[in-house]
Amino acid sequence: MIGLSKKKKISYALNLIIVLAVYAILSFSIKQGSINSYYSDLLNMVCINVILAVSLNLVTGLLGQLVLGHAGFMLVGAYASALFTLNVKMPLVYSFPISLVIGGLAATLFGFIIGVPALRLKGDYLAIITLGFGEIIRVVANNLTITNGAKGLYGIDSLNTRYNPTGMFTYVFFIAVFAIFLSFTFGTSRHGRAVISIREDEIAAEASGINTTYYKLLAFILAAFIAGIAGGLYAHQIGIIDPAKFDFNRSVEILVMVVLGGMGSITGSVISASVLTVLPEALRGFSDYRMLLYSIVLICVMLFRPTGLLGRSEFSLINMIYKIKEKINKPNKKKPVKKEG
Amino acid sequence: MGFFSQIVNGLGLGSIYALIALGYSMVYGIVQLINFAHGDIIMVGAYVVYVILVIMNLPIWLAVLGSIIFCGIAGVLIQRIAYQRLLNHDAPRISLLITAIGVSIFLQNLFQLLFGSDAKSMPKMFSFNSLKFGTLEITSSTTLNIVVSILMMAGLQLMVSKMKIGKAMRATSEDAGAAKLMGINPNTTIAFTFGVGSALASVGAILYCNTYPQIKPIMGGLLGLKAFVAAVLGGIGSIPGAMLGGYLLGVSESLTNAYISSSLTDAVVFGILIIVLIVKPTGLLGKNVREKV
Repeated sequence: MIGLSKKKKISYALNLIIVLAVYAILSFSIKQGSINSYYSDLLNMVCINVILAVSLNLVTGLLGQLVLGHAGFMLVGAYASALFTLNVKMPLVYSFPISLVIGGLAATLFGFIIGVPALRLKGDYLAIITLGFGEIIRVVANNLTITNGAKGLYGIDSLNTRYNPTGMFTYVFFIAVFAIFLSFTFGTSRHGRAVISIREDEIAAEASGINTTYYKLLAFILAAFIAGIAGGLYAHQIGIIDPAKFDFNRSVEILVMVVLGGMGSITGSVISASVLTVLPEALRGFSDYRMLLYSIVLICVMLFRPTGLLGRSEFSLINMIYKIKEKINKPNKKKPVKKEG
Repeated sequence: MGFFSQIVNGLGLGSIYALIALGYSMVYGIVQLINFAHGDIIMVGAYVVYVILVIMNLPIWLAVLGSIIFCGIAGVLIQRIAYQRLLNHDAPRISLLITAIGVSIFLQNLFQLLFGSDAKSMPKMFSFNSLKFGTLEITSSTTLNIVVSILMMAGLQLMVSKMKIGKAMRATSEDAGAAKLMGINPNTTIAFTFGVGSALASVGAILYCNTYPQIKPIMGGLLGLKAFVAAVLGGIGSIPGAMLGGYLLGVSESLTNAYISSSLTDAVVFGILIIVLIVKPTGLLGKNVREKV
């Protein structure tokens, strides 16, 4: 932690404390039973969707490219990790983390194979080619014997047991935190800034000596890696996976989370992933009308807030505290509102 | 079945893809939007035919006419309600895409609520004797598909190249700002494009119901996706391209079904798409746009 400014140090410490406190509170209430298994499963799904949204945000938000096949990477990760834990005779406590890494690496490999030809294209054509790859992955998984065809894999054990109801939660929570941390630091790092410059103007970036192919591929592969891990978590959370769970609609669902929150805003991705996971469950009372309501909400948000809920702005605790401090110190002077952008 | 009859079957199926692809292509040409709701317009068209023909028991010409008009109006309405605001405010294109996805989810669930999620079977609509050339037998539905699609394409091509509104459409797609200065109302033109595209989709829906007499609320998803692939394959924005892409897709699909495996059809379809995109990103008949700095 040498070379960081004082403000940054405080910010890291503060965020770490808050993350640990949130984890402690949530896991304590799951153990106590005040959060029952239905809600803890929902909580896990929220975390998994946050990981997915944050990973897609790397490509769609930072790199500015539309990807419609993200579920394909998730499928690869899910199958790779589930096949590992199903076939290896090792206690799940050890095999699970290894399987997640394997899932992530398998997705990375696919990200590389797909990314090299696909990233030559731009805009809508890139979206279409990733859609094509995503569908091919799904159809092939539907026909292979190792993936057990359309029936899929079942009997994948979860880490949750009667004595340890927070097994999965610990993993999904900290991996979600890690994914968020990684995207934040990536976005402000030298590599991340190179990626952002490609989003702003690819030709200008190339003229400034940025190896655009390398940085595009880097963002794409990083997103695939995180999506693969999320797939592994998803497989072990749900217990049954089949190719139909990772179709085009699933990719769209993740994309909607990213765009609705505001492309390029990690805070936005986190918020909208959480809301969009909880919303359909909360609307179960309206059962028949809930998807209708969901689509109307989606259209209205896009119509009246085309850049997404948060645009590109981020929420930072330390900045807010500083702002409040300043307001307390000088209550009379009005600070000009910082424009987002 | 012989090789040639597989090809003819493929052309019949491809005609339906081609008709739907025309709508995608026109809309993309004018507003650069992948209109994901287009696939669900097909479903709407099919259900309108079902309502008029089966529930209300009215004659078939009324069903066809009703479906085309209803879809045309629905297309214009969707453009007015869901897209126009975004188009006029120069919103990011991805927001438009998400709105289109929203409309698609809305239509699917609306029809699921209205008609239930189970598949409905359609009666045989048009039937005449199948044509025979030696050993080659062409079913009535295949003949109808091919003939109607060619007529529609010729009509559309004439409209776009000769009629005033067609010229307005081309002008708007070339440069919307300049078109506006020349006294063309881009909103009307775009709405008209959506209307024509949706009406063509409804013709595609009628042919589809005639060929595969079963409809359900989610039928538009995969059908739309494949028609979209056809549009990209031929070169999006080009009318003959959409037709070519549709036929190519139909034939390759029917050949895969016959000689490889019916469960791998979709993989082959998307495989062809990927190869074409990598080799010639603008599609087979698409124009190459050179980027200037």
